[in-house]
Amino acid sequence: MNWLIDFFTDPANWSGSGAIPVRLLEHLGFSAAALVLAALIGIPLGLLVGHTGRGSVIVVVSANLARALPTLGLLVLIVLLLGTASIWPVLIPLVALAVPPILVNTFEGIRGVDPELRDAAYGMGLRGPQVLFKVLVPVALPLIMLGLRLAAVQVVATAAVAAYVGLGGLGRYIIDGLATQDYESVVGGSVLIVAFALAVQGLFTLAQRVTVSPGVSRRLRVR
Amino acid sequence: MDDDGQPLFRWSWVESNWNSDSPNSIVNLLQAHVVMSLVPVLLGLLVAVPLGLACVRWRFLYQPTAGIMNVIYALPSLPLFMLLIPETGLTQLTVIIPLTFYALAVLVPAVVDGLGAVPDHVRQSAVAMGFTPLRRLVQVELPIAVPVVLAGLRVVTVSSISLVSVGALIGQGGLGNLFTDAFQRDFYTPAIAGIVLIVLLALVGDGIVLTAQRLLTPWVRARRAS
Repeated sequence: MNWLIDFFTDPANWSGSGAIPVRLLEHLGFSAAALVLAALIGIPLGLLVGHTGRGSVIVVVSANLARALPTLGLLVLIVLLLGTASIWPVLIPLVALAVPPILVNTFEGIRGVDPELRDAAYGMGLRGPQVLFKVLVPVALPLIMLGLRLAAVQVVATAAVAAYVGLGGLGRYIIDGLATQDYESVVGGSVLIVAFALAVQGLFTLAQRVTVSPGVSRRLRVR
Repeated sequence: MDDDGQPLFRWSWVESNWNSDSPNSIVNLLQAHVVMSLVPVLLGLLVAVPLGLACVRWRFLYQPTAGIMNVIYALPSLPLFMLLIPETGLTQLTVIIPLTFYALAVLVPAVVDGLGAVPDHVRQSAVAMGFTPLRRLVQVELPIAVPVVLAGLRVVTVSSISLVSVGALIGQGGLGNLFTDAFQRDFYTPAIAGIVLIVLLALVGDGIVLTAQRLLTPWVRARRAS
């Protein structure tokens, strides 16, 4: 506990490039950028595959591969190959790890919609895109939001690991603290990252409550 | 970026490090990796089954348990390792404990969903045939729950195998140690070897659980064949 008090009362942690608010914003920036990019890839692809039923193999393979791929290895390899001149190389693995949960859950959500509901929508005279956006997406929204939440939490965690290969953000406190045997920095950084991850989790859970139509209250889980 | 023209992959490195005397030989790292990923999966399963049963038996337990599991699943691994170091040091235990909790976070809901998938008429038939509650559980309900539980177990096995590598940042990453080695020496080969071996290990683990599922639920295949 003393470590924590020392960490949060140390003036060095409140000014300059290593200040807590600066690191927090960096972490938020990378994570948000990676998540937005991943959503731009994962959601349209998931909608397309789920709606047309073509290419389900890609979804299954990407889901399995994403779980098996070791984050740290991917980060190290990409940084060794492309260098750290800009942050883009580090964003690649973050995006690569965030796409599958979004893609798979969007796909499962669309595909899991009751076929009778889909038929009823067509029967009412809606066209393909209308069926997708007015019926399928609202019904699939709990799963789509779940995918975004899982991806967000994973990106925040991975961004912390990415400090090892030179990315800024809250992970720096852990990596730098380990290197200089400054345990208060390690503990302080750890607590900040955990709090940040929990805040993200809470925010997305709340967003799900707000966005999902009250008529759609099924509880499904796909990891 | 230095362009020293190193080849993407050097087989000779793999050959000379495969089974050397060093504690960091690939075979030794592989063994450590298997231990650190397997123990959490087995421990998780061992705890998740009774916990899931309790949640099914006493329904009011489920909501709070599911909430806790959701929170646990959101905790990033690296800071958890760091916070455990004062208690467990730089040992394998530091990696095994958080991974066990992740396993629980996936397996407890899987056990609950699996038991929830037992059709009511099946349960009632068992009661009508005079099965005691324990026998009904062991001979009827658990076997029917197997596919759902093992689906969760596949997720846990694969993600556990890939997550162990983060432990490399505290020197306990199994094959993940190859990544820190690669980074420190600016040398591609160990990183590629590590990624390939971990993905292969994950595929093998997945295959083993899948085989177990086939063996434990012979009726699924029998039904498909008929």
